[in-house]
Amino acid sequence: MIEIENVRKSFGPLEVLKGIDLTVQKGEVLTIIGGSGSGKSTLLTCINGLEPIDSGRIKVDGTEVHARGTDLNKLRTKLGIVFQQWNAFPHLTVMENVMLAPRKVLGIGKAEAAAIAEKQLSHVGLGDKLDVYPSRLSGGQQQRMAIARALAMSPGYMLFDEVTSALDPQLVGEVLDTLRMLASEGMTMICVTHEMKFAREVSDRVAFFSKGVMAEIGTPQQIFDAPQNPETAAFVKMTQN
Amino acid sequence: MFDTALTVQDMVFLAKGAGITLLVTAIAVVLGTCLGIIFGIFRFQVGPWWAAPLTFVLDVSRSIPLLIQLVLANAFMGMVLKLKMSGFTVACGVLTLYTAAYCAEIVRGAVGAVPFTTRRAARSLGLSWWQDMAYIVMPLATRVALPSWIGLALGVMKDSALVYIVQVTELLKSTQILITRLQEPLLLLMICGAFYFVISFPIARFGGYLEKRWSND
Repeated sequence: MIEIENVRKSFGPLEVLKGIDLTVQKGEVLTIIGGSGSGKSTLLTCINGLEPIDSGRIKVDGTEVHARGTDLNKLRTKLGIVFQQWNAFPHLTVMENVMLAPRKVLGIGKAEAAAIAEKQLSHVGLGDKLDVYPSRLSGGQQQRMAIARALAMSPGYMLFDEVTSALDPQLVGEVLDTLRMLASEGMTMICVTHEMKFAREVSDRVAFFSKGVMAEIGTPQQIFDAPQNPETAAFVKMTQN
Repeated sequence: MFDTALTVQDMVFLAKGAGITLLVTAIAVVLGTCLGIIFGIFRFQVGPWWAAPLTFVLDVSRSIPLLIQLVLANAFMGMVLKLKMSGFTVACGVLTLYTAAYCAEIVRGAVGAVPFTTRRAARSLGLSWWQDMAYIVMPLATRVALPSWIGLALGVMKDSALVYIVQVTELLKSTQILITRLQEPLLLLMICGAFYFVISFPIARFGGYLEKRWSND
């Protein structure tokens, strides 16, 4: 379970998170929608401790992320994150990209790590690209590799930060299909996305962020068909055009 | 011009000079690169403010002509600290610091060239700072730094000719000794140049080979 309590975060004079409260249950798929600069991506990087917070608390399975003495490297093995930019390690083959963290962080042997990498890469449809370098892959393939790389750590949670935003339109589908597959397998996911159709389809709950505040949260039906907050209504209307 | 009094012993003498050039260069480049990596990463990591004292020392080493540094360092060791230090040791010390100063800049730039987002992705997988450095930053930064570093190594090799000033008889000094005796400057300088080329060429080619090998990924 991820518990977020009254989290505030500023970059200099700009307050990007103005007291967020949110709980994500095991097995839940939560999508976060909202305009750019609404703080949704920042929240994800705070959840796995890549960004410090100014006040409030974030707990993952009961461990407080920003507490002094929390082993962030250990905690991050539970939280897979995939970014807008897929960030392949260009000097490693696809296989090595996926094997690196299991081997170095979890201390898994080479043969076993290779087996894990092969399984995860096949899972995302890259079983035939094991020994090529990332530069030979399309954006969509690199993004799926990044997903396999995160999955190889057997995380309890997956965080997706606008993973299709940097892709060419024709490559968006293959990545969303991968996310749908994960959702159907019961993975706990928080997806920040601009893909409204996808959000409606896979989410258990949808949260709408606006100017650092979670303006509304509810089922996809509530958010998209009967929004309570006028800002949500305006955003949904605008994005459906 | 080719009817010369140059003997086999003279060639051996030149080869020994070349050996000293190679030795001084090897020591300075190996130690200087190690120090340069440490200094460069330190400067990148702590930012300009905290690194200011180190930056100043490195700037001094880069700005003052090597010849002056050698003379002053030699005088300082002998007359101020009263240490019985050989010219060879002083030469290696000064050249090492000189190499480190340039190398630190190369390393700082190369580490900075590794995208922040790539490093963040590595850390997000649970890799520690050291693991990120070892498995992501160093391999990627090395590719960026290599051409400049090869240039530095070749430059230091040629600059090492200046260590004659602290009584180290390296290749150029050996050549000058022979010129004084044989009065055949052109031939001897051609041979000397050939020696430098023979030393440099493999280093340059090795750099080219590594670049090519790394470019397919």
